[in-house]
Amino acid sequence: MVAQGDDIGHDIAAKMNDETRIVITGIGLTAPNGNNLTEFRQNLLAGKSGVGKIETHYMGEVIAGICHFDPLKYQKKKEVRRGTRAGSIAIYCANEAIADSKLALSSVDKSRIGIYLGVTEHGNVETENEVYNIKQFDYNVDFWSHHHNPRTVANNPAGEITLNMGITGPHYTLGAACAAGSIGIIQGLQMLLLGEVDLALTGGVSETPNTFGVFAAFKNEGALASHPDPQKACRPFDKNRNGIVVSEGGCICVLEKLSAALERGARIYGEVVGYAINSDASDFILPNPQRQTECMRLALKKAGISPGEVDIINTHATGTREGDKAECQAIRGAFGDDTEIYINNTKSFIGHTMGAAGALELVGNLPSFEDNIVHQTINVDDLDPDCAFKNLVINEPRKVDKVDYILDNSFGMLGINSALIVKRYEE
Amino acid sequence: MKAQDIRAMILEVIHQIVPDEDLSNLKGDVRIRDQIEMDSMDFLDIMMELRKRYGIKVPEEDYMKLSTLDGSVAYLEPLMKQF
Repeated sequence: MVAQGDDIGHDIAAKMNDETRIVITGIGLTAPNGNNLTEFRQNLLAGKSGVGKIETHYMGEVIAGICHFDPLKYQKKKEVRRGTRAGSIAIYCANEAIADSKLALSSVDKSRIGIYLGVTEHGNVETENEVYNIKQFDYNVDFWSHHHNPRTVANNPAGEITLNMGITGPHYTLGAACAAGSIGIIQGLQMLLLGEVDLALTGGVSETPNTFGVFAAFKNEGALASHPDPQKACRPFDKNRNGIVVSEGGCICVLEKLSAALERGARIYGEVVGYAINSDASDFILPNPQRQTECMRLALKKAGISPGEVDIINTHATGTREGDKAECQAIRGAFGDDTEIYINNTKSFIGHTMGAAGALELVGNLPSFEDNIVHQTINVDDLDPDCAFKNLVINEPRKVDKVDYILDNSFGMLGINSALIVKRYEE
Repeated sequence: MKAQDIRAMILEVIHQIVPDEDLSNLKGDVRIRDQIEMDSMDFLDIMMELRKRYGIKVPEEDYMKLSTLDGSVAYLEPLMKQF
């Protein structure tokens, strides 16, 4: 079976041409520390966290990452009121991505645009809010909002983009826990290769800090981060890490075939050359390092590269005791104990942006192709020896000679793993 | 609540539901939905606000009576004397 996987990988690599090469030509994002790629990247390199505190139902003050984009840049007040926070995030990111791609929507066949967004969860926020609302009316369901169903259907964030932008191609979300953002990109890539669409808006969104239930569950599971300074709360690889910081965010990438991108002279951020999705099949919550290793290896095979060719690994690490350790073990399994690859982490700055994480954390690294700087992971005051790597980039960015390949890990509950490999664009 | 106060209340509710719309020239005797961008879900929001604020549950068969501002005031006035 492994040999078969090898063959498939090499076949794909061999057949690559401008029609089968998929490139990223536009990026729209909102993160707790930036509302576009320039700002996000600057703040990553400057070590600036976006984590703070918010008030939430029943739990009072919690540590969370909140975005500060202006929804009214692309929506009417009524649209904001009618829709969901995830919808607003998606609309903002999609419009920013199209603007960044320099595509004029008026000159594009909107029935050939597909929207594929990853979500960790959707609908919790609205359901919790409605239950909170009817509590004031002695649980009389006459006061349950008629907006509940269109707000909570799983395709909501992607569907709101179609309403806002008049896109008539396919739209849906992909529920893939915390691997969802990467899987949104993978789905878009696959649909382009199948010829289903000419342009794909791909990535993921999260509105999760607006649901108390996720905080309460993480807390009762012993996996919710706490620290007197919220900006120090998310600390992957540190000995004193104590859990996850729940955050909102969004990231949408415009994907298109290289042939189309070249024809219109698009700016190319990178080429998606490898990807993999697999399942642990072992536990609801606990990760399985062996399966994660297999996932990274499969992505390398699809990219047709050896482990030593990867320059940066952006880790999934969320700051939990077991999760970070498992991923480090998995990286050693795929790249060797003495790997010299530069390894970093984005959640230390922005917390866990859930469905957005896979896409957001990838794009924060793409500027490395041009500036040859690897952004750091912050909040490592006392490195856990179990998480030590020769080139773990800690607390300060690292200048390097050249970056050709970036691998982005994202893993989620129920044991869903994804790895994406993006290559510096070369003709 | 007097007629003029009911009218002001309805306008305030409509503004909350469709905040982008200019209500300053809204005519009382013309269907509200013909004058501003408002759909059936927005109308249901008005019904919900009346329920929440004043406990008034308008039966579906009476919805048409509230399609204009004047009609809404006339319908609600006898129901809102105690407010």
